[in-house]
Amino acid sequence: MKYYLGIDLGSTTSKAVIIDENEKLCGRGITNTRANYEVAAEIAKQQAIYNTRFTLLKEKFLKNLLHSSEFQKFFNDLENTFQYIQFKDRWDKLKIEMMKQVSTLFFTEKEKLKNILQNILNELDGELKHKYFNENLGAKNQFFRDIVSEVYNQKLETTDKQYFEPLMNCFDKSINFVENEYVDYNFEDVLLQSIDILQDHYEYLLSKDLDEINTDFRTELEILSGNYKEWKEDVLSHIKNISNQNIVIANMVGTGYGRALLPFPQDCIRSEILCHAFGAHFIFPNTRTVLDIGGQDTKAIQVDKYGMVTSFHMNDRCAAGCGRYLGYIANEFGFSLNELGPMTLQANRETNICSTCTVFAGAEVRELLNMGEKKEDILAGLHKAIVSRAMSLIARSGGVFNEFTFTGGVARNQAIVKYVSEFVRKNYGEDIKINIHTDSIFMGSLGGALFAKRNLNVSLNSKPEKIKN
Amino acid sequence: MNKPEVKKDKSMILQKEMIAKQFQDLATAKEKGKKIVYTFVPGNLSELIHAFDMIPVYPEINALQSGMRKKSGSFIKDAEKIGYSEDICTYVKCDIGMMLNGNIGPYGEKIPPPDLLLLSYTGCFTFMKWFENLERLYPGVPVVMIHTPYQEAGKITPEMVEYMVKQLRDDVIPAMEKVSGVKYNEDKLKQILSYARETQELIHQIFETPKNIPSPIDAYFAGVYYIGPINTGFRGTPEAVEYYKLLLEEINERIKLGLGPVTPEGEMSEEKFRLVVEGPPNWTSFREFWKLFYDMGAVIVASSYTKVGGLYDLGFRHNPEKPLESLAEYCMNCYTNFNLPQRIEILKKYITDFKADGFLIHSIKSCNSFSAGQLGMMRKIEHDLGIPVGFIESDLVDPRYFSYSNIKNRLESFFQMLSQRKMLVNQ
Repeated sequence: MKYYLGIDLGSTTSKAVIIDENEKLCGRGITNTRANYEVAAEIAKQQAIYNTRFTLLKEKFLKNLLHSSEFQKFFNDLENTFQYIQFKDRWDKLKIEMMKQVSTLFFTEKEKLKNILQNILNELDGELKHKYFNENLGAKNQFFRDIVSEVYNQKLETTDKQYFEPLMNCFDKSINFVENEYVDYNFEDVLLQSIDILQDHYEYLLSKDLDEINTDFRTELEILSGNYKEWKEDVLSHIKNISNQNIVIANMVGTGYGRALLPFPQDCIRSEILCHAFGAHFIFPNTRTVLDIGGQDTKAIQVDKYGMVTSFHMNDRCAAGCGRYLGYIANEFGFSLNELGPMTLQANRETNICSTCTVFAGAEVRELLNMGEKKEDILAGLHKAIVSRAMSLIARSGGVFNEFTFTGGVARNQAIVKYVSEFVRKNYGEDIKINIHTDSIFMGSLGGALFAKRNLNVSLNSKPEKIKN
Repeated sequence: MNKPEVKKDKSMILQKEMIAKQFQDLATAKEKGKKIVYTFVPGNLSELIHAFDMIPVYPEINALQSGMRKKSGSFIKDAEKIGYSEDICTYVKCDIGMMLNGNIGPYGEKIPPPDLLLLSYTGCFTFMKWFENLERLYPGVPVVMIHTPYQEAGKITPEMVEYMVKQLRDDVIPAMEKVSGVKYNEDKLKQILSYARETQELIHQIFETPKNIPSPIDAYFAGVYYIGPINTGFRGTPEAVEYYKLLLEEINERIKLGLGPVTPEGEMSEEKFRLVVEGPPNWTSFREFWKLFYDMGAVIVASSYTKVGGLYDLGFRHNPEKPLESLAEYCMNCYTNFNLPQRIEILKKYITDFKADGFLIHSIKSCNSFSAGQLGMMRKIEHDLGIPVGFIESDLVDPRYFSYSNIKNRLESFFQMLSQRKMLVNQ
C-alpha cells in the first residue's frame, strides 16, 4: 500500500494528513506552529504517521472486536496513553530545563524560589497524569504549550505575588527550547509502554473498592472483568507487525502560510486556496463555496463541480476577522480559546462592537465591561463582528452557492458556526446546505494529500462538458 | 528563462533617449521662451498645445516616474505633513510633495512652473481638485477646465461633440492664444494631427501583435514603456512616427522568429499563461511586480491600462479634416470615460480575441476612476466567459501599500488555479 502526505503549515497550527492509495483518510497529526517551521512540519507528520499505524492496528481487529464498546474504550485508552507518554517525555524535559533556568535567575531568595518551583512541578506531575487518564485531556487538547501553560498559570495565581515574575520568566525561557525539539519515538516501544501503564492503571482500579470509584470508570471495570487479557495478547501479536510495517510516503504536498519554508521541491508546494477547496470538496462533493477562517487568513473560495477553484478572495492588510483575533480576545478575558465558543453561546444578545481593529477592540471590550455589559454579550458581539467581516469577503468573491462548506481552525468554535449559519441563510436563502466537518481544520492538509496522490496519476473522474459549474 | 544576456533593442534605447531629452528640454524651456502647460494624460490635447508651440507637462507621469525611481515615498509623506489625507490619490500627493521639494523631476532636472493649467478630462474628479490645489500653489496662473461628458449612454452623440468643440473654440483656444502669444493656426494643427494619426495606426498594430502565440511582447509591463512616447507629448510629432515604426519592425521580427516577450532578465522562453489585466500597475515595485509574472511564464496579452491614452483598437484616429471635432472625440474616448458595461465589453473582447487563459484585476487603493466598479466587472466577465479571474490590490506610487508577500501569495494561488484549469481543459 502506498501513502500520500499533505502538510498544512498554518500561522497558528501545523496539520498533516495521510491518505492511502484508495484516498481513504488514514492518519492526522496536529501541533502548534512554532518559530521553527521545519520542526512543526516534522512533528505534524510524525503524529500523522503514528495515527496511521493506529488506524492499521484498529483495522486488524475490525472484524471481531471493534464493534464491542469495551474494546473501543480500551483502544481509546491506548491511544491516549500513547500520547501521554510523548507528552510526559516533553514535560520531563521542560521540568529539567526550568530547574536549570531558575538557577540562572538573579533573585535574592533563590533557594526558596527553587523550592517553590520544584513543588509546583511536582504537584503538576500528578495533576497532569490525572487529567490525561481521568479527564481525557489528550483528546481535548493536542498542544503541549497550551496544556502546560494553562495549568502552570493556574498554579502561579495561587503563589505569592513576589515570585510570579521570576517563575513566569523561567517558563518563558524554557518552553521554546523544549517545544522546538523533535524527538523520534519508536512506535512499538511507546505502544508497549502504554500497554504496561494501562495495565497498572486497570489493576489499580480493580484494587479499589467499588464505592470509591467514580461511575465513569464502570466501563473500564467491565473491561477488566471481561476479555481484556485476551485482547491484550491479541494486540501484542499485531503490534510488532504494524510497527515494522514501512509506511511508504509515495508523494507529498505542502501548503499553508509557511509553505515556502518547507523543505519540499517546488512542484510539491501548493497554494492553500487550492488545497482547502480541494479538501472541502472531497468531503462534501457538492460544495460550490468554501469559507476558510484560519489564524491569519480568511478565504472565500468558489469551486466548480470538480473541486477546482474558479475565484477566491482573501483578507488584505488586516487580520481582524481571523483566528488570531479570537486568540487575542480570549487573552483579554483570561479564557482559553476552547472556552470562548461555549461561553459565547450563553449570551442573550450581541453587544455592538465598532472597532474593526483587533487591538482597538481590546480597548473597546474593557470600556464595555466598565459600562456593565455582560461578558457573554460582548463576546457574542465580537464573534458576530468576525463573521460579518468574513461575509463581506464572501460577497466580494461572488456570494454563496449551494452547498456551502465552512473550514479552518475557527470552524471549531460553535458560536462562530452559529453566526456563519445565520448570516449565510439570511443573505443567501434558507435552503443553502451548510457543511461543517469535525475535521474541518484538516481540510487544507487533506487537499494537499489528495493533490499528492492525484499528481502521479491525474484523474478527475469524468470529462468536463464545460468549464463552468 | 534564458539567463541574463539582456540585449537592449534599438527601440528601447531610442525610447529612453526621447523621454530623457524631453525632461532636458523642459529644464531649459523658460530660457528658450517656451510656455509650459500642465495637463493630464487621459483625453489630453497635446496636439493643440504643440500647435501653439507650447510644451506639455503631465503631473501623473512625473509621479509614476518618481515612483519607479523610489522617490515617491518621501514626497507623499511631505504632502501628508501639510495636511493631505491618507486616502487621497497618491499621484496627487507625490506631485505636491515634489513641488514642496523644489519641483525637481524624476530625472534630476527642475520642472518649470506652469504658464497654463489645462484640464481636458473631468471624468476623474480628483484631477479637478488637483488643479484647484495647483492654482493655489502657483497663484495667478490661468486655469482652463473643460467639461468632458461621460459616455453614460454608451456612445458619443453629435451633441456631445458639438458641446466639446464649443468649449475648445470659446475657452481653450483663446486662453492658449493669450498665454502663448501665438495665433491659432489650423493648418499647423492639421499637420500635427496627421502625424498623430500615423502614430495611432502604428501603436494599434503593435498592441494587436500579442494575438500571436507566443505573444512577441508583454502588453502591460513592457506595454507601459511602449505607450510612454505617445502619451507624453510625442503624439503628433515625426519622432513618434519614427519610434513606433522601429518598434513595430522589431516586434514583427520577433514574430517571424517565434520569440516571446523580452523581460528585464532576458527573453521569456515558455509562454505558460496568457492574461488580460485591468487597472494600472504598481510603480514603486514595478520590477518585482513584473518578475512575479514572468517567473511564472505569464504574459499579459492585453490590458486596459495601456489604453488610457486612447482606445485606438476601437477605431478612433485623429482626423486632420475635422481637427476640433476629432480632438473633442478623443477627449471623450479615454478608457475611464467609458461606462462600466462598455468597459466590460472591451475586456471581454480582449479575453476572447487574444485567447487569454485568465483575467486579473490589479486594483488601486487610491484611484477611484479605475477602481470603482471593478469587482462588478470581474463578476460579470467571470459569469459570461467562465474564465478564471483574480483580484489583487496595491497602489500607484505609495510604497506602503505594496505588500510583496500578500501579492505573491495571491498570484501563486491564481497561477496554480490557472494551471489546474488548463489541465482540465486539456483532458
